[in-house]
Amino acid sequence: MESSHLRQQIAAMRQSFFDEEILDGQFCQLERLENRGNPNFVEEVLTMYFRDSTTLLQTVEQEIETDTIDLAKVDMMLHKFKGSSASIGANKVRNNITKTRQLLEEGNLEGAKLAFRELRMEHDNLRAKLEPYFQQLRQVGPVETATRPKGSDHA
Amino acid sequence: MNSSSGKTYMSTSNCSTGRKAGDAAAAAADQFPVGLRVLVVDDDPTCLMILEKMLRTCLYEVTKCNRAETALSMLRENKSGFDVVISDVHMPDMDGFKLLEHIGLEMDLPVIMMSADDGKHVVMKGVTHGACDYLIKPVRIEALKNIWQHVVRKRKNEWKDFEQSGSVEEGDRQLKQSEEADYSSSANEGNWKSSKRRKDDEDETDERDDTSSLKKPRVVWSVELHQQFVAAVNQLGIDKAVPKKILELMNVPGLTRENVASHLQKYRLYLRRLSGVSQHPSNLNNSFMSPQEATFGPLSSLNGLDLQTLAATGQLPAQSLVTLQAAGLGQSTGKSGIPMPLVDQRNIFSFENPKIRFREGQQHVNNNKQMNLLHGIPTTMEPKQLAGLHHGAQSMGNLNMQVASHGSQSSQNNPLLMQMAQPQVRGQMLNDTSLGHAPRLLAPMGQPILSNGVAANVSTRNGIQENIRAPSYNPVSQTSSMLNFPMNHASELPRNSFPLGSTPGISSLTPKVAFQEDVNSDIKGSVGFLPSYDIFNDLNQHKPQNWELQNVGMTFDTSQHSNSLQGNLNHAHSVLVQQGFSSGQVNGQNRSATVVSKAMFSSGDSTGHVNAQNGNQHLNSLLVDSTVRVKSETPTNLYPDDFGQEDLMSALLKQQDAMAPAEHEFDFDGYSLDNIPV
Repeated sequence: MESSHLRQQIAAMRQSFFDEEILDGQFCQLERLENRGNPNFVEEVLTMYFRDSTTLLQTVEQEIETDTIDLAKVDMMLHKFKGSSASIGANKVRNNITKTRQLLEEGNLEGAKLAFRELRMEHDNLRAKLEPYFQQLRQVGPVETATRPKGSDHA
Repeated sequence: MNSSSGKTYMSTSNCSTGRKAGDAAAAAADQFPVGLRVLVVDDDPTCLMILEKMLRTCLYEVTKCNRAETALSMLRENKSGFDVVISDVHMPDMDGFKLLEHIGLEMDLPVIMMSADDGKHVVMKGVTHGACDYLIKPVRIEALKNIWQHVVRKRKNEWKDFEQSGSVEEGDRQLKQSEEADYSSSANEGNWKSSKRRKDDEDETDERDDTSSLKKPRVVWSVELHQQFVAAVNQLGIDKAVPKKILELMNVPGLTRENVASHLQKYRLYLRRLSGVSQHPSNLNNSFMSPQEATFGPLSSLNGLDLQTLAATGQLPAQSLVTLQAAGLGQSTGKSGIPMPLVDQRNIFSFENPKIRFREGQQHVNNNKQMNLLHGIPTTMEPKQLAGLHHGAQSMGNLNMQVASHGSQSSQNNPLLMQMAQPQVRGQMLNDTSLGHAPRLLAPMGQPILSNGVAANVSTRNGIQENIRAPSYNPVSQTSSMLNFPMNHASELPRNSFPLGSTPGISSLTPKVAFQEDVNSDIKGSVGFLPSYDIFNDLNQHKPQNWELQNVGMTFDTSQHSNSLQGNLNHAHSVLVQQGFSSGQVNGQNRSATVVSKAMFSSGDSTGHVNAQNGNQHLNSLLVDSTVRVKSETPTNLYPDDFGQEDLMSALLKQQDAMAPAEHEFDFDGYSLDNIPV
């Protein structure tokens, strides 16, 4: 049926996230927290995440493009961003954050700027991918979780 | 999935509270760890949301908080409202480790740290600061499911301490278990199995106890006990001090090695803080530690701090002082009644005189050395001293702790130290000056200093060893004693309406007198105003402002209005301080300080409209009256509310002239410092 076809599509999308490693097992942890009580928990969390991350990235970008970068501030912000990204399972984003921070710490400003751009790209990419995913999820409505693909759960 | 209580709600800027201890208690008993009351603190909303959900899934009762300060005040308001705290390391308003320390000292709850940082040094920091566990983000629900073990473990340890069963072995076993468990927990990613195993072990032992109902009786680390502890540690050498040996050296019956071990841990943290910590002017300094540690070795080093430094440090931010006090108080209260007073005393001491009025407890707190110094009536203080006093005075209000922190002492954490240092310094100065200056003081004023009161105070100061109740009049003679107002419980000046308290003008100095309140409550003595008045008189002449300060102090009704006291004290402090400075008399300061404190206590009713400025005369008369009354030990309102400062001053002055030293005692009793403003 349409719905099941849609579900399959959704499942495939989801699997691709894992395959591409833009999401990791932590995302599954979030999914497990969803239940009848709040069926859209994951989406809510992701929405909150992107809301903050967008602002944060803008701020960091501004900061690193200036001549006098407040390194401590940038590091602090990136650290925080790392925490939230890790908590939602945004794997590649988190890795990029780590890389950027490291380069900054090493004093490699140019390298850090490049890494940051990459980070930004990954972040935007993630959002671009998750948005339709959640949209479709909403379309099919809360469903039994039996359709969860195996193998993506890391216990 | 939801936890039993639906009391937690999200709030963006506040903490949401969820708990209700009572109801959950019953249920918790049976279903432990269901209903475990968790406070989670993280400035990142995404993480907070996820954690909350995870904890709820574990059937815990969750309260969220996105600011450390808020979390701390929530904890303070409801000390037994939570079972465990989970906190992020990096937070904007306060370092997570600081929060951890505070919680450990004040509430002694298990705290779990978490961070995206998994660097060894950070994890180590968590351990050394006393975290029960350290979780790396992203936090998995499996890790959270296990956190109740920390609660149980802690309770068990406390229980053992309480029982003082002397079952050292058991304690050791517990300790070891907990350590092992901690290690395993921190590496939760990889050691799930091992921690599970450990958990099972714990389960076995725990089940035997009624874990959910374990309360935490604690060993009360009184000042004496703590001093013994410190002495033992110093004797052994801080590096070699192991609980067992310390226990042996201390030779306190009923004390277990476990008690010593946990206390040692805290002490170490305290020392660490002293030596390295930066002080950020956090109000949350360990007030707790400070008082107790006043007698620590480091303290002596602080002694070196002279007033200058103290003065230099400037004014302790009233706030911080207050908080310190609160914190300190909180802690002390948490611990036992004794510490509290002691703390206060100590604090008092540090503030330089005024606070000294505290009771004996102080003696413990203050180094004897200091006490002696103070012995003399610090009639005149060098400007430096004054500064110190000033400093002290200010801080006094807030809580000695603050002073300590300001005191440019190593760390804010040691308000006590500071305080102690201050008093010490002062004491010295006082001694020297007092005697010599006494006459001087008198001279300008032409009034005998309410030495009795002062003397009493002074003696108190010295060491607080003496009970203020029985102020020993220093030879200095009344004139110089200003500083110490004997705190006699019996006679309460409090009602005195020394208007001194209220000088709104002083605001600048406003120490939040939280400390005073605390002190008062403990001290239950009345502070003798007399001495201070004298000083004030002197000061007055020099500075009208001072009077105001005085007034401030005066108008508190200790017993009743701790709040007002606070306010007054603040003012008083400022006033006093100013006076001190202006007149360049140490005594004055002391007095002011003392007066302030006294005023605070006693003049509950009067709102302190003492107008210092003219007060001399009035003050004297006031003092006279009050002293008289004091003598009779009737807590009457010596001074009508509308009694102006002037009256007070004159009263004081008169009194000085007329009174025999022995009688000055304004007993500002009943400081009901219950409401210590935090």
